[in-house]
Amino acid sequence: MGPNAGELKGRAGETLGARPWVGRRLWTGFDASQFPWWVAIVVVVGVYVAISVLTSPQYRDVIRFIVPGLRVTLQATFAAYGLALIIGLIAGLMRVSRNPVLYAVSTLYVEIIRGIPMLVILLYAGFVISPRLRDATGGTVKLTDIQEAILGLAIGYGAYLAEVYRAGIESIHRGQMEAARSLGMTYMQAMRYVVLPQAIRVILPPLGNDFIAMLKDSSLVAVLAIPDLLQMGRLYISRTFRAFEGYNSVALLYLVMTLFLSLLVRWIEKRWSIHGR
Amino acid sequence: MADNIIRIRNLHKSFGHVHALRGIDLDVAQGEVVVIVGPSGSGKSTLLRCINHLEKPTSGEIIVDGIAVTDRNANINALRAEVGMVFQSFNLFPHMTALENIVLAQRVVRRRSRQEAERIAHALLEKVGIPEKADAYPGQLSGGQQQRVAIARALAMQPKIMLFDEPTSALDPEMIKEVLDVMLDLAREGMTMIVVSHEMGFARNAADRIVFMDEGHIIEEAPPAQLFSNPRHDRTKVFLSKILH
Repeated sequence: MGPNAGELKGRAGETLGARPWVGRRLWTGFDASQFPWWVAIVVVVGVYVAISVLTSPQYRDVIRFIVPGLRVTLQATFAAYGLALIIGLIAGLMRVSRNPVLYAVSTLYVEIIRGIPMLVILLYAGFVISPRLRDATGGTVKLTDIQEAILGLAIGYGAYLAEVYRAGIESIHRGQMEAARSLGMTYMQAMRYVVLPQAIRVILPPLGNDFIAMLKDSSLVAVLAIPDLLQMGRLYISRTFRAFEGYNSVALLYLVMTLFLSLLVRWIEKRWSIHGR
Repeated sequence: MADNIIRIRNLHKSFGHVHALRGIDLDVAQGEVVVIVGPSGSGKSTLLRCINHLEKPTSGEIIVDGIAVTDRNANINALRAEVGMVFQSFNLFPHMTALENIVLAQRVVRRRSRQEAERIAHALLEKVGIPEKADAYPGQLSGGQQQRVAIARALAMQPKIMLFDEPTSALDPEMIKEVLDVMLDLAREGMTMIVVSHEMGFARNAADRIVFMDEGHIIEEAPPAQLFSNPRHDRTKVFLSKILH
């Protein structure tokens, strides 16, 4: 026997008065607690920074110099992430396999790679794997610098993504696999049509986070003398000694990309959660 | 008998230290409806799951439609396509509509065209009484409707045998009848069925034989009228007195 709607409405203002920002509609269709305030702050600060950067001849000079590195960074990140998605899927499937050999091999890969710093993996890819590969194939397989970097990043992140896939697959109720198998599907068919499509929805946020992390870690490829964003920034600084403007610009460009990506991930997440039942 | 479609001999199944099945012998004839009853933990579900190899038997022999399930080289996937299974928790694929749930295995396993698979799926939804729910997702259906879709999904493979693992245990009381009615229709059409259930009304109306299990053994089996009115074993009497009020 609760109060009627009219009373509730009348009281809402009083009870919420103590914390006016919680769930209170400021005007029709606008809920203050739902509004992404952090985005607004970023936008305001971003506009301020953009104006000051674009009106300053020094910053315009830096940006013009390092922007080609942006392309290299994005190219390496996208290629390496695509490759890591494939390596991770294969290793993740092996991690949930009942075959002891597949399980052991994938577990070894994941544990070893996760225990080695990304920087060391990149140096391995550039100075150990790549030359050995070239010698072993008699010079027919010759990786360029950027391919070495992509290989290193992909091997490194493949291990993290393998664990993301594994967790996603294991989060799907066992009954799903059983139902699919009881209809006569093979293990791989059941994975492909029943388990993985559901697992992908679960792991989308961590996959997005790892993409952002990889974008940042791609700055490590500078050690392989690849002209990425960071390397171009360092090059600029070594020529002009303007470390302040140089690193500010590098950091700003990374930040713009990661913020944009994190918004993208949120948007995709929201979309999928509506359609995925 | 030559026309026994299922033949089980001295079946054992252990989970670690738990000895769930302790020497089961069971024959099921073509077109027969067998209802398995027994207290929880008696091995009923394990027996059912061994028949389509969702559980691997520890020892013993199971022959289903001429295929030895317990043979290492048996084509288990081919066998499973002939043995439909309905689960207590429905296990519909939540990312697909009711229609897609019924179509998927027809396409992937039976290699039917999309057109034919959808025609069959619509016909089966009609048969289980919910043709209007073809485009609904499992999350939008009631428990009873979900279970009927699950039955249609299994029937789409045109199985020779249907296994039901407590198909109404997860349902609200008012939805039990709609599922049992579908099962009764199937039984009348001559489908070979093994049903783990405590729905005694269904057992009385549809079963040719009731099998009472306890602690991994088959204690007693008889036609329903005989078992209900005149159980021979004490354990059967005690169990029946608890579930028949």
